[in-house]
Amino acid sequence: MSATTSAPESEEALGAKKAPPPSSEGGAGASWFARFALVLVCVIFTIPTLGLFISSFRPREDIITSGWWTVFVGRGLENFSLDNYQAVLDAGMGPSFVNSLAVAVPATVIPILAAAFAAYAFAWMDFKGRELLFVIFVGLLVVPLQVAFVPLTQLFNDLGVTNDFLKLWLAHAGFGMPLAVYILRNYIGSLPREVIESAKVDGASHFMTFWRLIIPLSVPALAAFAIFQFLWTWNDYLVALIFMTSGQEVVTVTLAELVGSRGQDWHLLTAGAFISMSVPLIVFFALQRFFVRGLTAGSVKG
Amino acid sequence: MGNAVQAVLAILIGVGGIIALFWILNAVVERLPKRQEERLKPYVFVGPSLAVVGLFLLYPAVLTVWFSFQTRVGTPDQEFTLDNYVYLFTDSRLHSALINNLLWIIVVPSVAVAIGLLVAVLSDRLKPTSEKIAKSLIFLPMAVSFVGASTIWLFIYAWRPPEVEQFGLLAALASVVGDPPSTPILQISDFRLNSFALMAVVIWMQAGFAMVLLSAAIKNVPEDTIEAARIDGASEVQIFWRVTVPQIKSTIVVVTTTILILVLKIFDVPRVMTSGDFDTNVIANIFYDQAFTFGDRGRASVVVVALIVMTLPFMYLNIKRFREQEAQR
Repeated sequence: MSATTSAPESEEALGAKKAPPPSSEGGAGASWFARFALVLVCVIFTIPTLGLFISSFRPREDIITSGWWTVFVGRGLENFSLDNYQAVLDAGMGPSFVNSLAVAVPATVIPILAAAFAAYAFAWMDFKGRELLFVIFVGLLVVPLQVAFVPLTQLFNDLGVTNDFLKLWLAHAGFGMPLAVYILRNYIGSLPREVIESAKVDGASHFMTFWRLIIPLSVPALAAFAIFQFLWTWNDYLVALIFMTSGQEVVTVTLAELVGSRGQDWHLLTAGAFISMSVPLIVFFALQRFFVRGLTAGSVKG
Repeated sequence: MGNAVQAVLAILIGVGGIIALFWILNAVVERLPKRQEERLKPYVFVGPSLAVVGLFLLYPAVLTVWFSFQTRVGTPDQEFTLDNYVYLFTDSRLHSALINNLLWIIVVPSVAVAIGLLVAVLSDRLKPTSEKIAKSLIFLPMAVSFVGASTIWLFIYAWRPPEVEQFGLLAALASVVGDPPSTPILQISDFRLNSFALMAVVIWMQAGFAMVLLSAAIKNVPEDTIEAARIDGASEVQIFWRVTVPQIKSTIVVVTTTILILVLKIFDVPRVMTSGDFDTNVIANIFYDQAFTFGDRGRASVVVVALIVMTLPFMYLNIKRFREQEAQR
């Protein structure tokens, strides 16, 4: 938990924060061995994604008759096209993509808003059972999701909840809530006391203080958790597999199905994988700093 | 197009619903006399999240423990039994999966942390731009879903009969070095080789996460402690083990336990890549099969109880650490 977000935010996780030590001093700086080892690790880590990416533009025949690396010696470059993407969108990935958005956006906003209210109460309001209730949230951080599936399938059946989206929103809200409350309470609790008290003196209600003051001041923590939760729900497979029962699908489920039923159709799998990864990759490149902060903050989640 | 309209509607309903809920609850409480309002308001603020957590985590946890002692759960013939626990302690398929889970929690956190630490230390000595590029490359797999990562690695592990050209990188490399492989790696269960091939996927995904946290910790190690060791004539390797590592120990522990809890419940990767066949099964997949393929909710519940028991120590540690932090506030 050394890594939780707190108000004065100054981390620069992916950039160098400290100036590098003066070069050629006491053996510090990068030796040729260090450079070599690092380049090697980077290459090994990049090759799997790169291979899939290149293959997604190759026609079916080319993919399975020659390795993707042969394109570097110019083999089959003229056959590159976007046909695979068109084919896999037509094979169900298109609607799934839209469904994933419809699942992930509310499944992010709902727990954030509910958790922010709770976090404000935990941090700045006095009430009976405050500490005990918060400890429950902390304890629930590591509870495995698997506890929920059997009882909830039964409950949804008994209550007649048949809307897949509603089921998924609520389930993701529940699973993400302990972490959201935990992160936001730590952050909101570290805001300066004078600010909150001056609002009270000015006659603002808790509700107004919350909307006009707490929410704007908490943007870094809210953004960090939002990105964590959004990617978590977008990338989720298990919850969607179990609760989406009416024939609608999200991208991960569609991709897994393609792997299972058309495991040899690499032209579909490569393009399908990239469509499912497109949103996380955009988030990764566009919001890298918030993304890092969200993951770091999420490091206590089970 | 109807699909997209439906999705936008769904998003509006979901997002609007939660805002409306708080607005209405607040409006109701504000009508009450001042004293009661003050007393009830905290519960209005905490209530919805508590309700959701209660419904989706607490209530199911209690029910799961109850179901683990029941047979024919969900039918009129439901009754008390210890059979599920007999199954838990005697079933050989389940035990084989438990051995895999044990291997997973030993191998994946330690290797991911080792790679993360290596990259964090080495890239710390580069120029800021190169450091940023190196770290981004290692970190990128973290953004990908387990299903996406499984697809990526299935392509690496793809195999064709030895007579024809290999398009999977691993088989192609093996053919260059020696004989073309006679079986796909994911089917080789000797020494649980295929399980290790699955673990590689998760190590690939989690090393970046370990690197980010460890790198932040390393940058917080006071420069003067390192400088002092250097003046005393310590080598870079000695400085790393005796000065840096002791000071980032708590971060190493947090990262290791986080990854450990993650792999304890690992499901997607074995499910997508091997369906748990060829001795690669894990307990989360057995849970899924028992609950949703065979429909045996009692057995499914007992597997979850085993999972809960394994996470209890971490729950205790989390609460203890939280209490310590509060004491310092």
